[in-house]
Amino acid sequence: MRESIIMKIHYGTALAAVALVAVHILMRLTQGFAESLEYDSVIANYKFIPYAGMLEIILILLSIHGFNGLRVILLELKQGRTYEKAVSYGCVVAMIALIAYGSRTIIMVNTGMT
Amino acid sequence: MTNQDEHKAGIGGMINPRRYGIERVAYLLMRLSGLGLLAYFIGHIYETSTILKGQVGWNEFLELTQTNAGHAILAIVIAMCVFHTVNGIRVMLGHGGVGVGKPARPDYPYIPASQNIRHKIGIYSAIILAAIAMMYGLAVMFGE
Amino acid sequence: MAQTSLAEENASIPLSSSQSITLRIARYNPEHDSAKKFMEFNVPYEKWTTVLEAILEVKKHFDHSVAVRYSCRQATCGSCGMIINGKPRLACFTKISELNSNVITVEPMNNFPIIRDLAVKFERLFDTHHKVKPYLIRDDTEITTNTKEFLQSPEELEQYIQFSNCIKCGLCNSACPTMATDSSFVGPQALAQAYRYVADSRDKGKDDRLKIIDDSHGIWRCHFAGSCSQVCPKGVDPAMGIQLLRGYMLGFRS
Repeated sequence: MRESIIMKIHYGTALAAVALVAVHILMRLTQGFAESLEYDSVIANYKFIPYAGMLEIILILLSIHGFNGLRVILLELKQGRTYEKAVSYGCVVAMIALIAYGSRTIIMVNTGMT
Repeated sequence: MTNQDEHKAGIGGMINPRRYGIERVAYLLMRLSGLGLLAYFIGHIYETSTILKGQVGWNEFLELTQTNAGHAILAIVIAMCVFHTVNGIRVMLGHGGVGVGKPARPDYPYIPASQNIRHKIGIYSAIILAAIAMMYGLAVMFGE
Repeated sequence: MAQTSLAEENASIPLSSSQSITLRIARYNPEHDSAKKFMEFNVPYEKWTTVLEAILEVKKHFDHSVAVRYSCRQATCGSCGMIINGKPRLACFTKISELNSNVITVEPMNNFPIIRDLAVKFERLFDTHHKVKPYLIRDDTEITTNTKEFLQSPEELEQYIQFSNCIKCGLCNSACPTMATDSSFVGPQALAQAYRYVADSRDKGKDDRLKIIDDSHGIWRCHFAGSCSQVCPKGVDPAMGIQLLRGYMLGFRS
């Protein structure tokens, strides 16, 4: 993939994540910070499909943005064909693993598999 | 050719924020906050997965984060998040060529138009907003 | 690569003043030294004395073996770039009096391999400069019979004239935080020159150049820290050129 496309995705995920994370944080503050973190409240959030969907989107956006940012930093720190391939593939694998792990939580709680 | 042969400034030169003004400080903070937020994000995904262990598991983990140290870390995360967002928008606009000035015949003493007051205000705003958000976060967390 | 003949020619105008500074010169020969070491010299100066003149004074009176590259002494040839008191500057364009310090430390520029002492290799800078095709690209040519010169309005000239002031001194590459660790990065000098030609109304090579710089060590490794622009002795403002160039890639400019 061309670097310009990767970086456009990087910027796009950043902007989208800013909007959605703001909603996510506001949800904590409008309910009262401590109350919103109580078990029943969190379960209710996960079971509310639009909110669970938003969490899934945030998970994907931030994973892409975060691991691409890490890839950029690592590529600038050291160079070499093998190293650069390892960094690029490593970041993609880590990103997929994190999305999978986070999605598992969202899906299992949403479907009542706890 | 090794780094020594190339006479690279190295990581020390990259992160040294002292010689090139507030823009270089912003560059360093952007990197550090990005890495910090990624670390927090990974931790947060793990932290929230404890809900799969039921109420007991969730409350056990929540107790770990509801300490002074936990609140302090969260306050730093809030500051990093606000700085990274505000400065990120500034940098993104700059990357599109917005607010970097117009090309013109340079006159001595050659003050670079791209290092203009708009961007400096953007950087200082990011720092100030991050500090305010951190204090608000501390008030919310320790106020309860 | 010391220019001994010019130093000797200079020797006929000795510096004499009641004021003096300590000039610390980094000495390093990669062929037999394991690390850089500093030699200190007490050098007299006037308010107009440049760092280059002070170095030449050392060569004349104290140690002729100090290696320094220089030529024009008027910030035109781009030869005497070095780190002066921690910042990349042209030695011929930096007056001792403006540094406000009794100790002046001169070191070879970072991010360039050292030849000896203050002289560094420019091969990579010239390679990356060449890589972005620093010339007009178009099918026709003004030297063909029956063709006219390529006309350009003053407004079109303004779009790039600033960037054509580049003297390839390498100060921007030395100050760049990405170049501090990334050996493959194209660098601010070459990227600013890519913009200089892309913005030239006579040029038709925009797509070619954008393709060249659109790789994992190309334009996207610039993070707009702006250090390149702060050290440029000719007002080129590479950071502006790079962001404007990126504007083409992001669709902000056409």
